[in-house]
Amino acid sequence: MRRWGTTIAPIVFIAALLGGWEAVCWLFAVPAYFLPKPSEIGVALATNAPSLFASAWLTFSTALIAFVIVIVIAGLAALAAAANDLVEASFRPIAVTLQVTPIFAIAPMVAVWAGVDHPDRAVISLAAVAAFFPIYSGALAGLRSPDPELVRLFDLYGATLWQRLSRLQAPSAVPQALEGLKVGLGLSLIGAVVAELAAGSGAVTGLAWRIAEASHRLEMAESFAALAALAMLAAGLQLAFLLLEQRALAWWRGR
Amino acid sequence: MAEPAAALDGVEVDYPGRGRALGPIDFRLEAGEIVGLVGPSGCGKSTALRLLAGLEAPTRGKVRRAAGRGETAVVFQSPTLAPWLSAAANVALPLELAGVARKAAREQAAEALRRVGLGGAEKARPAQLSGGMAMRVSLARALVTTPQVLLLDEPFAALDEITRRQLADDVLALWSEQRPAVVFVTHNVEEAVYMASRVVVMTPGPGRIAGQLAVEGPAPRPPQFRTTQGFRDAAERLSAMLHGAMAAA
Repeated sequence: MRRWGTTIAPIVFIAALLGGWEAVCWLFAVPAYFLPKPSEIGVALATNAPSLFASAWLTFSTALIAFVIVIVIAGLAALAAAANDLVEASFRPIAVTLQVTPIFAIAPMVAVWAGVDHPDRAVISLAAVAAFFPIYSGALAGLRSPDPELVRLFDLYGATLWQRLSRLQAPSAVPQALEGLKVGLGLSLIGAVVAELAAGSGAVTGLAWRIAEASHRLEMAESFAALAALAMLAAGLQLAFLLLEQRALAWWRGR
Repeated sequence: MAEPAAALDGVEVDYPGRGRALGPIDFRLEAGEIVGLVGPSGCGKSTALRLLAGLEAPTRGKVRRAAGRGETAVVFQSPTLAPWLSAAANVALPLELAGVARKAAREQAAEALRRVGLGGAEKARPAQLSGGMAMRVSLARALVTTPQVLLLDEPFAALDEITRRQLADDVLALWSEQRPAVVFVTHNVEEAVYMASRVVVMTPGPGRIAGQLAVEGPAPRPPQFRTTQGFRDAAERLSAMLHGAMAAA
């Protein structure tokens, strides 16, 4: 009963919001170029479904490629940092800088470096920058906090640095690393969208470009439809990751 | 006199900010004997154990111990198992860390699990085991390297009375197979008398040796050993020594 409630409640709430929105637009005769009705957005979503799907696929694959690249780089960096304090200290300023760097500010430079012919590479790089910090710091925090009693056990049996990293620290890091990955996945999607707006310039026609394009033409219903597609993509990604995380944690805990 | 299995010679341990934690203390652990170490909490029992395990260095004095990999094994207060590894993989860990091939290590681990009465539980994860079973896995891991010295740091503290007694008998039975020298830390007087052939009483911190008591009787203990006059007398005398040590401090 409770389970059903938590599933139905958000649907009812969103339906009420959309209903209210529709009613306000009717009552005050709000023009469609200012704020389209949800029904009009629904129509735009349906009629543009094939091209929106193609755009969503592009944004999705961009974010995913960036995510995979950053997992490899941040994972290796975290392993190196966990193995050696000097390495960790050397990485720290760069990691913090990456964390506070607005993607928008570096997008023009990255676009130049990627070259005019490869705006897709610029977008992937920027999305990777956006996702780097949570993935790196989640992995590092996990690698640095194994059970102290297990650490003593490894001391007792004279484990080497590599044995500690691979058999104790890496497996101990799983829960915290997953937490970092969850945040990083969301950020890689946001990064892909922002980078597309900043560096795409029409050559990369993902969802962000569709939103901007439609807004420029005052096709607000189309703009909202692309936004809705983006929201569905983000929600779908998070849901998929949550399911994956649950299974991974259940395996890790052994139940 | 034969070489001891391990020894503390004039050992003192100071902790920064806390002062003296242990000593001065002289202690010899003979090969194959079981020594119970009792004392009030904070007397440095666990510190003494960590010294013997080589996990800590003394501030002054000398620690003698067999330093080879797997020659000293420790069973901690909690089972200290890796949750992501199966029981067999946990037990095989000391062997694998020492470079034993995975397959051979797993076979020895399965055998060690059989000896502690957990044959068939090789694939179980720690989360699926009861407290007593997890402790047995921990014990199997400690014994899998056939150590010369086995250190037990209040291993039964978190278990219920029936499980404690069962495990005490099991530890003695396992000891009689391999005959390692055992140091058994506890704050339970009866448990110390039941397990040990010699009980060392420590003073409140900084811990020193207040006295010791030899416990007569066969090991492993025969059934109903707890009801014998010898057991009860030893427990009484040990209690009195412990009270004396605490009153003198």
